[in-house]
Amino acid sequence: MNKFSFASPAVAGEAIEIVASEPGSMYVAGGTNLLDLWKYNITQPDLLVDINKLDNHHAIERLPDGGLRLGALATNAATAYHPMIEERYPLLSKTILAGASPQIRNMATNGGNLLQRTRCYYFYDVNTPCNKREPGTGCSAIGGYNRIMGILGTSDDCIATFPSDMCVALAALDARVNVSGPKGERTIPFADFHRLPGDHPEIDNDLRKGELITSIDLPPDNLTTHNSYLKIRDRNSYAFALVSVATAFELENGTIKDIRIALGGVAHKPWRVPEAEAALIGRQPDDESFALAAEIILRGAKPYTFNSFKIELAKRAIIRNGRMALNPSSQLPGARPSA
Amino acid sequence: MQIPSAPVDHSADRTAEKRELFITVNGKDQVLLVDPWVSLLDLLREHLDLTGTKKGCDHGQCGACTVLCDGKRILSCMTLAVMKNGSAITTIEGVGEPAALHPLQQAFIDHDAFQCGYCTPGQICSAIGLMNEGKARTREDVKELMSGNLCRCGANIGIIDAIMEVKTGGSNE
Repeated sequence: MNKFSFASPAVAGEAIEIVASEPGSMYVAGGTNLLDLWKYNITQPDLLVDINKLDNHHAIERLPDGGLRLGALATNAATAYHPMIEERYPLLSKTILAGASPQIRNMATNGGNLLQRTRCYYFYDVNTPCNKREPGTGCSAIGGYNRIMGILGTSDDCIATFPSDMCVALAALDARVNVSGPKGERTIPFADFHRLPGDHPEIDNDLRKGELITSIDLPPDNLTTHNSYLKIRDRNSYAFALVSVATAFELENGTIKDIRIALGGVAHKPWRVPEAEAALIGRQPDDESFALAAEIILRGAKPYTFNSFKIELAKRAIIRNGRMALNPSSQLPGARPSA
Repeated sequence: MQIPSAPVDHSADRTAEKRELFITVNGKDQVLLVDPWVSLLDLLREHLDLTGTKKGCDHGQCGACTVLCDGKRILSCMTLAVMKNGSAITTIEGVGEPAALHPLQQAFIDHDAFQCGYCTPGQICSAIGLMNEGKARTREDVKELMSGNLCRCGANIGIIDAIMEVKTGGSNE
């Protein structure tokens, strides 16, 4: 664990200027992942810029278009339990409450949730090679114990997965990420925010040096009636997903008018396949339809020594979660499998 | 957002040296000089000698370090003390008194909700946080919302019983 300097500016512009100009500087908000990485010597900041005291970006508020804006500094707990989220974006509440523990959700912020790093064992073990931690050293997971690793969008350099539950819902809901940086503000569609490992697995996302997530926008939608999050994990609470599925759809005259299916635990980013969703428009919300989507989504999945089970597990989870979305009374707290 | 065009002097607010920290711990206002890298947990234990809060894993996995910050349960091991400037912290030392235990403390005794006791301060602070949140309705909810606190002695059933008793005033459902 290295020593570091600390700053706690009151306005975002000042925070951005520090991080954009100071080598080795990083933002810290909840700190629930960053301080863990620091304790393991994986991240060695020279300067932490505490953004909790910023005078903005804490609120959850309505947007003129009928959508909702989540302040980057609102906590995961405040977001999950916010009346407007519970009422209008229940899928988001469900995914947040399926992740971490109450203590961590009280600390972790919405912006920070997007910036979680992988929980790959080898990334965390500084005594093993890891291209994400130390570019060019190799991937220990590919030939190692890779039960929790990815099956979609992996590369020869990295097969790590992205651990967030919340982001699976944000992907399904077509969220937009608003960032502010030294060159001004921009908005990143959620599908483009996280990236695949390719030959630069050390880069998790599209953020540039100094850029600060200020808020996340949710577009207005009609996905409040049929939605479910199913998280398959080694224990029923407080564990990362082996496979998770967020499903939301809107019916019209008994057939699917709009549907979103996003997977967690299988790739370097939340996984959505627009082709699979398009194939279900106009169909009945039944097992046959969800199985069709599952086949399309898992097409091209590549198993490694110990994680081939994830392919069949993901297919079954997609079907089961489709049923759970159709019949919300079959859902249990904590995104557990239905009884 | 306004991005300042002129260079800003950060020397006043950034230093590798100790930082002044105003913090209220168990109702007592404190002014401390603290290194930026000191966790809230180490501040409580090493600087303030409040050793009721326990260091279990020190990585946010076990919940033994749970304290209340402005009424909300957080992990003191994953918090830098300097990030809590201006906050009010409650540790197990600030919960009840030997002659007048907090109802949860009495319930933990009544339900054999511990053996070694190492996780107990975190369990009780977490349970107080759970009550403050008001989201747990059923026993299943309490189990789910206490999953951030591990008990390796296996006293979990007693822990949930104790919380249910206080939460419902006796009923266990």
